Amino acid sequence: YMQGPLTPSPGIHPTYPYKVVLLGSTSVGKSSLAYRYVRNDFKESLPTVGCSFFTQTLHMEVATVKLEIWDTAGQEKYHSVCHLYYRGAHAALLVYDITNKETLNRAKLWLRDLEKEFLPDEIVIALVGNKVDLAAEREVTTEEGEEFARTRGLLFMETSAKSNHQVNDIFMAIAQELLQREQKARAPSPHGRSAVSLGESRVRTGCCQP
Amino acid sequence: MAADVHKKKGWEVPNGSLTPGDGQHTERSESPTPGLAQGTEPGAGQEGAMFVHTRSYEDLTSPEDGAAVARSPEERCGEPGEPTTMEQISKDFSELSTQLTGMALDLEEEMRQSKEGKLEPSPQTTRRDSVLSGKEEEDVTMDAWRMHRKHVFVLSEAGKPVYSRYGSEEALSSTMGVMMALVSFLEAEKNAIRSIHADGYKVVFVRRSPLVLVAVARTRQSEQEIAHELLYIYYQILSLLTWTQLNHIFQQKQNYDLRRLLAGSERITDNLLDLMAHDPSFLMGAVRCLPLAASVRDAVSSSLQQAKAKSLVFSILLSGNQLVSLVRKKDQFLHPIDLHLLFNLISSSSSFREGEAWTPICLPKFNSSGFFHAHISYLEQEMDLCLLLVSTDREDFFTVSDCKRRFQERLRRRGVHHALQEALRTPFYSVAQVGIPDLRHFIYKSKSSGLFTSPEIEAPYVREEEKERLLGLYQYLHSRAHNSSRPLKNIYFTGPRENLLAWVTSAFELYICYSPLGTKAGAISAVNKLMKWIRKEEDRLFILTPQTY
Repeated sequence: YMQGPLTPSPGIHPTYPYKVVLLGSTSVGKSSLAYRYVRNDFKESLPTVGCSFFTQTLHMEVATVKLEIWDTAGQEKYHSVCHLYYRGAHAALLVYDITNKETLNRAKLWLRDLEKEFLPDEIVIALVGNKVDLAAEREVTTEEGEEFARTRGLLFMETSAKSNHQVNDIFMAIAQELLQREQKARAPSPHGRSAVSLGESRVRTGCCQP
Repeated sequence: MAADVHKKKGWEVPNGSLTPGDGQHTERSESPTPGLAQGTEPGAGQEGAMFVHTRSYEDLTSPEDGAAVARSPEERCGEPGEPTTMEQISKDFSELSTQLTGMALDLEEEMRQSKEGKLEPSPQTTRRDSVLSGKEEEDVTMDAWRMHRKHVFVLSEAGKPVYSRYGSEEALSSTMGVMMALVSFLEAEKNAIRSIHADGYKVVFVRRSPLVLVAVARTRQSEQEIAHELLYIYYQILSLLTWTQLNHIFQQKQNYDLRRLLAGSERITDNLLDLMAHDPSFLMGAVRCLPLAASVRDAVSSSLQQAKAKSLVFSILLSGNQLVSLVRKKDQFLHPIDLHLLFNLISSSSSFREGEAWTPICLPKFNSSGFFHAHISYLEQEMDLCLLLVSTDREDFFTVSDCKRRFQERLRRRGVHHALQEALRTPFYSVAQVGIPDLRHFIYKSKSSGLFTSPEIEAPYVREEEKERLLGLYQYLHSRAHNSSRPLKNIYFTGPRENLLAWVTSAFELYICYSPLGTKAGAISAVNKLMKWIRKEEDRLFILTPQTY
């Protein structure tokens, strides 16, 4: 896979754990995306209760990336606990359903919440238009999603968990971006995140790192 | 008042006077016949009970309890905080209540926004026509809709629909308006409507402010039993929202549409109603254990006990709707109703099959004002073994997740994995094992442990309706035995298709279903034989040595 401008440091192969959170309205396919990515399978699932936790380890050339994926419930009653799930996240997937315009609006509201909680450099955010297999019922054009993502500096991809379209790619793009930021932060000037040793020593104290 | 007294027992003096004296312990092992004293009957735990002690459904539906529920939140809030016995928990709960304030604030914000129309419209329009639920929305004007054996409606005091078992709530809003009008009309006279009996129907009302629950049933259940089921529905809603939040919402906005918050959870309520129609656990107010060799269960329980964490209150392993093991924090007792709600939650969602779930959950009988956080996961993909770890700390996911890992490791090391798998292959036993030819089925509940045992329902009760009919007969006997004005201890019921016998003592309840050709004398000798069999098998059918951390 493409490695970007990363240069492997000889002898060191660090492991980076990253917290990735899936956010979006009810039944846009968050759980299906997670399930496709982690198990490479598709099944229609019932609404998530609370949230589900998965891990996926990626062995990349310069580092091992351990994605800790938090798949949240889209139902309104869980919104008040959602910040609990996205606190301390390194990346967020804002998922909407391309056949339901309202879900994009809701994704924009999630973005607003995230922007309140995080500084721009603190989190990688991807806008994900799911269900491209239902192209005939499309309500949101690719351009519209793309344009919004561009203006707000988000990664963007349209996916289908059902037909396995670009699901792996979006997670990989996130992992790449996270690693690049890591590299940048560790590189010449030792400030920002590099002040903290990020490898194995990053000890977790709870589900959400402050 | 009985209800209040027993509740206090549950909290302040764990197992109170119900703990058998030492003398009774020795008697127990010597005597194969059932002790009539509570605590020595077959299935009674040797080291006290796991559950809050419940008598039967009276404590749910008696007017005293109604009053208790209405004024209980503050009390309940205080109860678990008894400083002498529960310092740690009291600390945990003060944290919980802070979190709750946070939630309430969020909610206010949400409601304000919704007034301004910023949020998306509530998603309930997609409710049951969705492919996922597999349930078509019914036309409420059709006869088929009217023919359902039991309708259940939940509405707010403003008369707004909250839930309907069949058909869409929107289509029923005028019906629910009439129901609310009935309730209010009588209330204006300082009275309360409890039920209407007409034309083979029972219409039963349960008022739990700010909600009103109504059932329209053609079943043979008593009014008391139907009210009991409605209370389960009420508790189920509390388990998603907490009593505090529910009240806060309606105090802020009387005509709030609660379906917004319950969206996506209707299937949990649907499932609970279906479950109550065929699982005797709810009727008995008790929990059934997976039959398991005592040595295996002990190994599982101690593995569970060792995989503890500071924030854990309950560790529960279950299979289907049967309990495999339950370990609890010292001095903390689970109420069977709360455990039933957890069973229902797990059986109604396939989403727990994947990954590890972490969800806020209120156990309303334990404390209706706050959320626990539950870690829910299946041990293995192909194995019907679900682990539930209930924590007071919502930040503790990774610690609790590690408890699961440690538990699995210990299971492996003790080598009981295979035995567990074997036991799961036959989760029910056959009544033939008892060796009484005319005996078809039975339910035996040990009152002091809150556990019951029952064989698989076999021929001639094969079809679903026949199984429900059998449960209906048990329901009938149960309601006669527990009738609040005229309770019965012994009932012998002769029917055209079977004979039944009920025997209710202070220590146990036994219901047996017997061939219609059998005699009363035969049934009585069968009871003796059956009780001996249960005594002999008790360490396999019950959890006799419940563990605490």
